[in-house]
Formats: sequence, structure tokens, C-alpha cells
Amino acid sequence: MIQEFKKVWKQYTIGMLWLLGLLWPMLGIHPDGTMTFQTTFTVWTYILAGSFVCLIIYVIKVSGSLKFFADPISRAAGNLKTTSTALPTWTWLAAGLIVALIYPQFAGRYGTDVAISVLLYICLGLGLNVVVGLAGMLDLGYIAFYGVGAYTYAILNTTYGLGFWICLPMSAFFACIAGCIVGYPTLRMRGDYLAIVTLGFGEIIRIILNNWMELTNGPNGILGIKPIGIFLPIFENGFTFEHFWMKKLQLFYYFALGLAIVAAICVYRLNFSRVGRAWESIREDETTAELMGVNTFIYKLLAYAMGAIFAGLAGAFFAARMRFVSPESFTFLESAMVLCMVVLGGMGSIPGIILGVAALIALPEVFREFESYRMLVFGATMVIMMLFRPAGLIPAKRVGTRSEEREG
Amino acid sequence: MSIQPILELKDVHSGYGSIKALKGISLKVMPGEIVAIIGANGAGKSTTLMTICGIIKAEKGEVLYQGKVINKISPEKLPVMGLCQVPEGRRIFPRLSVMENLRLGAFYRDDTDQIMKDIQHSYEMFPILGERKNQQGGTLSGGEQQMLAIARALMIKPKVLLLDEPSLGLAPIIVQQIFDIIAQINKKEGTTILLVEQNANLALQAASRGYVVETGEITLEDEAQSLLSNPKIREAYLGE
Repeated sequence: MIQEFKKVWKQYTIGMLWLLGLLWPMLGIHPDGTMTFQTTFTVWTYILAGSFVCLIIYVIKVSGSLKFFADPISRAAGNLKTTSTALPTWTWLAAGLIVALIYPQFAGRYGTDVAISVLLYICLGLGLNVVVGLAGMLDLGYIAFYGVGAYTYAILNTTYGLGFWICLPMSAFFACIAGCIVGYPTLRMRGDYLAIVTLGFGEIIRIILNNWMELTNGPNGILGIKPIGIFLPIFENGFTFEHFWMKKLQLFYYFALGLAIVAAICVYRLNFSRVGRAWESIREDETTAELMGVNTFIYKLLAYAMGAIFAGLAGAFFAARMRFVSPESFTFLESAMVLCMVVLGGMGSIPGIILGVAALIALPEVFREFESYRMLVFGATMVIMMLFRPAGLIPAKRVGTRSEEREG
Repeated sequence: MSIQPILELKDVHSGYGSIKALKGISLKVMPGEIVAIIGANGAGKSTTLMTICGIIKAEKGEVLYQGKVINKISPEKLPVMGLCQVPEGRRIFPRLSVMENLRLGAFYRDDTDQIMKDIQHSYEMFPILGERKNQQGGTLSGGEQQMLAIARALMIKPKVLLLDEPSLGLAPIIVQQIFDIIAQINKKEGTTILLVEQNANLALQAASRGYVVETGEITLEDEAQSLLSNPKIREAYLGE
């Protein structure tokens, strides 16, 4: 045991001193220029104590002194794993769906609100997954299409008074058009160049939204967007439909849930189709894909347009929920966040992305209590996750597994 | 009356930007034969194949396939016409399974039943691929990857198969195996093969005719046997 400890104590000490050096400027230097050590030391001592306990447990475990205790546990975990894989996938899906359906009954207004943004980001993440995870094109301007979708509904609703359900396909359509317009010149590039160019085009769309005063009201944004309207049948005087503006957050939650489910099914179906196969071949080796008869340009454009469509749909929902849009919601930081969700969750894996979104939206909310340490904890969590699960939280099972293989 | 060549290059010039890699290549491939192109590094062998497939556009000259000019049409249409390349360094899809790689070879075809039969056929031809059908392509050994690359190209049911350095980085015994397979494909399926090789000895033994490429130009063209006995070739490419 002493032997094991000797191996790690040096790295541990260096790491802790480095952490102290990192913490002090963040916690010890105040905006007015004064410097203190008190808070830094308190926080650091807590971390030191906590991590030391973890280290001791780790050392004991490595030296094998915990066998009598760990063996039954790992056996139990193994048993749990076999029973969980024995259950068919649909039971998990059904369980997840039931939880999602009853969730707003238990969560308060705040909880439902967070859940709605999780659902919208799931749609965004799944759309970006088509572009980044399947077709392998790094798109840093993705949020622009979200913006196009949101502004389409905002403008059509405020100037022409069109309802949400008419605008929803139009949002998808305009986002798709924007995707094609941006994609057509840019998709000739590969790799890093594509990333830079999409970053540029994303910014161009945001700046257009910011400066086209007549159409978008510039940085002031568009106010007074109507929420989703639904028609309910009324049986009082015969049979008529009455139009309701849906103001209840819970109902909106169910529509967002519907959107996320539709997006998940679409992406799943696309993934396991001929189109998905073409996308994966482009990701793996573009030249060879071309030699195999894949029209790489068309399929890349298709991936880009599909991603834009999902973003456009999510954008329309976003505008309907916020009832206000402004260019500030569609900055590069948002693109980076969605990309983080996809990468963290596991590229190409639908459950992974759902978990990644939940983690990245919910974690900062959970840590809201800790106020100033919130972002620090957030960053540390990301680093730890990437260290231990470099392929994402739930990595795509085996990229390119398809139905006929699983049967055979 | 002579037979029409299935593949013909007429004074083809191409290159990468300002670098001219091909300075007027002319060659003919007759149906059913194996033709070898040999030459040193950077002579323009691979560029010739890439130009035939349209990945690199010919700046001047014509590429004729079955009498039709093909250097103006886009590369992804060529597999449908029966022209297929096994690119240099194999270039299989590393993170896709062996099965998926083969299915991508048959990408343009939509006869699923026949595709599945053809995949079974390639497992018979390359038993090792059948054993590893669910393994990721990138985890195969070099020789297996080369077999996979050839099997993938055969899924296209090519009339003309372009092979770029099939011996690259493989052990001699595997190379012999690959060349046996190439001869077998040519004999059994009647596939015309255009072979690019640095290993001149092996290539010329397998081929019926050969071309020697030097700095983007064809310097010699002859029957494979006479090239093998040509003292200049023996000196330059066979190390004697």
C-alpha cells in the first residue's frame, strides 16, 4: 500500500499546488484591486481534503485491500448489467417516455422551463449530429439556422398574423434555403477550412439580423410574437372549432417533447438508411466515397440542409416560447454550446446527445446555488468527463452498424 | 478490323495546380487484358489513375472509356459505367464494419438481394473477410485491408478495375496472394485490369503488356515479357 502511494503522491502534490495557483487569481483578486488569500485557502482546503480521501480510497483499491468488499459489488453490477441488456430496448424507451410525459405534473414552472430548453436543444443537437456526427463536417455557424427559423416565425407572425402551425413548415423551409445558400459555396472546402468558413457565414447571418432594421428591427428584436395556437372542438352549439392561444407552459412542454421525439425518429431513420451510409462514407474518406459512386457534393449539401431544417423547427418553437427574438440569442457561443453537447454526448449516438444536452443545460442550472463557482465546476466537469469518456458519455455503439448485421 | 480498346488515354495532361504531373500520357487497354504501368516514385502513375477517374481533371487530352469521352463527366458516375479504382494505400472506410465497406462498394446499385448474394460471394473469395464481417475496417491487418479494398471494388461489378499499388507495405507472401487473386479476377470474371506498381517484377509477370512512365511521360511500351528481358528496364527497375 505504501508502495502504491509512493507512485502517486508526487503528481498529486504538483496537481494540488497547480490548482492553488489557478484558484487564487480567480477567487483572491477582487475587482477593486485588493487581494486576499482567505477564500482561496478555504476552497482549496476543502478540495484538498476531498481529493485526499478519494486518493486514499484509490490507493487502497489498487493495492487490493478492498477485494473482500469490491468483489461482491462488481459481481452485483455485472448481474445488473446482464439483466438490463436482457430487457428489450423498447422497455427503456417506454420508461423514458412515461417519465417525460408525467414530468411537468411534478416539476414546477421553473423545472418545466428548463425541460423545454433541454427539448429544444435536443432537436438542435440531433440536427447538428447529422452534419458533424454523420457527415463529418465541422459546422461552427449552426446556430444561424436556428436564428433563421426563429425570425421566420417572428416576422410572419407579427407582420402577417400567420399562425404557428403554418409558420412551422415555413421556418423549416427558410432555414433549409439558408442552409443551401450557405452550403453551396462552402461545402467545396474540407476539414478546418470548412469550419472557418461556416463560422464566418454564421456570423454573416447574425449580422444581417442585427442590421436589417426594416425587416428584423435590428438589435431591438421583435416583440409580441404570439404563442402556439390550437384548435379545440367545441360541442356546445353544434360542432365548431375554437382557437386558443396556448399560454400554459405545460402544454408547450408537450409540443416541444413531440418535436424532440420526431427529430430523434427522423435522425434514427436517416442514420440507418442508404443516405446515412453515404454520409458515413463521406466522413470516413471523401475521395474514396466519390470513387465508390457517392455524389459527395449532393450528399454533403443534403446533410447541411437536413441539419438546418431541424434547427429551423427548433427556432420556430424558441420564438413561440420566448415571444421575443433578438440577434443576441444566436451568437457563436450558442453554436459552440450545441457542438459541445454533441461531442460530449457522443457523436452519432442519439441517446448520447440527449444525455449530453441534459448535462450541459441542467448542470449549470443545478449549480446555480453555488453562484460564482458555477462555471468553474462546469468546466471541471467537462474536463473530467472528457478524460474518462473521450468518445462521449454514451458513444455510438459501433459506428455503421445496421439492421441486417444485427440480425445476422 | 481491330478491336476497340476499352480504355484509352490520348495525350492526357494533368497536374496539381502549377505542378504538371502528366505531360502527355497516351495508352490503350484492350478488353480482358492486364496492363501494368511501372515507374519510379513521382513518375505520375497514381496521377494517371486519378485522372482516369476524374478526381483530378485532365487539363488537355481525352480519356476514352468504351469509345466515350469520360474526362468531362463527374467521378461518381463512373462506377455505374463499370469503371472502378482501388486507390493507393487501400483507403477503406476505417470506422465502418467490413460489411458496411462492401455495401458502400455497391452504393449505386439498388438490387438488395443480389447485393447480399454478392457479399456472400466475396466472403467465399476472401474467407478472412467473412470471419471479420462485423469488425471495423481500420482494425484489419494491411493484407486484409487490401483484400477488403479489392472486394469492395468488385461489388461495383467493374468491367475495368484500376489497381493502385496493391503491394504497398505488404509482406511478400501476402503480395503473392493478392496477385494470385488479381489474376483470378481477370480470368474468372473477365475483368480488364490496369495495374500500377512499383514492384515491376511482380507486375510484369502478372500483366500481358506494360508501360513505363517517367516524369509524366510514357517512355516505353511493350509486351510484358519483352519488358522483363529488356536490359534497360532490368537495370532501372529490377535492380540489376
